[in-house]
Amino acid sequence: MSSDAISLPAHQFDSLEQQREVASLGMWVFLATEIMFFGGLFAAYTIYRVSYPLAFIAASRQLDVTLGTLNTAVLILSSLTMALAVRGAQQGKRAPMLAFLPLTMILGAVFLGVKAFEYHHKWVEHLVPGAGFLLPGADARHAQMFFCLYFAMTGLHALHMIIGLGILTVMLAMAWRGRFTSTYHNPMEVSGLYWHFVDIVWIFLFPLLYLVGRHG
Amino acid sequence: MSVHVVPVRTYLLVFAALLLLTATTTSVAFVDLGPFNNFAALGIAGVKAALVVLYFMHVRYGTRITPLVLAASAFWLLLLIGLSLADYATRGWLGVPGK
Repeated sequence: MSSDAISLPAHQFDSLEQQREVASLGMWVFLATEIMFFGGLFAAYTIYRVSYPLAFIAASRQLDVTLGTLNTAVLILSSLTMALAVRGAQQGKRAPMLAFLPLTMILGAVFLGVKAFEYHHKWVEHLVPGAGFLLPGADARHAQMFFCLYFAMTGLHALHMIIGLGILTVMLAMAWRGRFTSTYHNPMEVSGLYWHFVDIVWIFLFPLLYLVGRHG
Repeated sequence: MSVHVVPVRTYLLVFAALLLLTATTTSVAFVDLGPFNNFAALGIAGVKAALVVLYFMHVRYGTRITPLVLAASAFWLLLLIGLSLADYATRGWLGVPGK
């Protein structure tokens, strides 16, 4: 192993194992605050959807289900590659990290690319809330509320993806320098938790935004 | 002592299950089930999230304090959404001015 690798716990810990558990627990507590962060938007979504069910159906039908499903699959695949990168770190193997971290980042970028394409389409179709908003057959103010939530929720999610790409860049550099061993790989484990959390947020956003009242 | 390394096979099975559930949730949305469409959408999303949390996020193999943090998060989220809805859903009941 490289001399860069950490082999002793930080002074406040008894062992590397304890340090690892504390790092994970700290990340889980951070994710709890993230759940509440997104939770505010989910609560707003619930209230407005209950208040304006018909406008939400009309507005949701404007979204592209095929692209939404495709992006869900892309993100799930990126979670698999992330899990395999973390697995490599747990075994202290450099090669799986150098293969799966870039792959995860590429899939994340594909997701963001599809998202940007969808945003552009909404702009062209006059579905961005504001003076130019146009959706015949639905209460414009209520439908704009859906699109406000759509852009806020997917935008905040996309921001988390971009931050995730930054984190993975740092992880890739650390993996390249051989910083991780089978006993010390906390940054990889914790980054994995973050990436999977962002995946879970999308797992809920997808049906709530894309699949409202599709039948009939 | 080293960490529990999950077999690649397990990860692949979870991945396959997640893809299958994604296909299911999209297909079910196009079938009219009345109010059950919402339950199906959220139920499937919940199962997918549980699979990610248990296997990809290693909660199944980790310390027992992690599920406690998760349960606390779920509880607070339920309070946030539940109490907000309890307010909005009942505002009409008493004819409060300025509703």
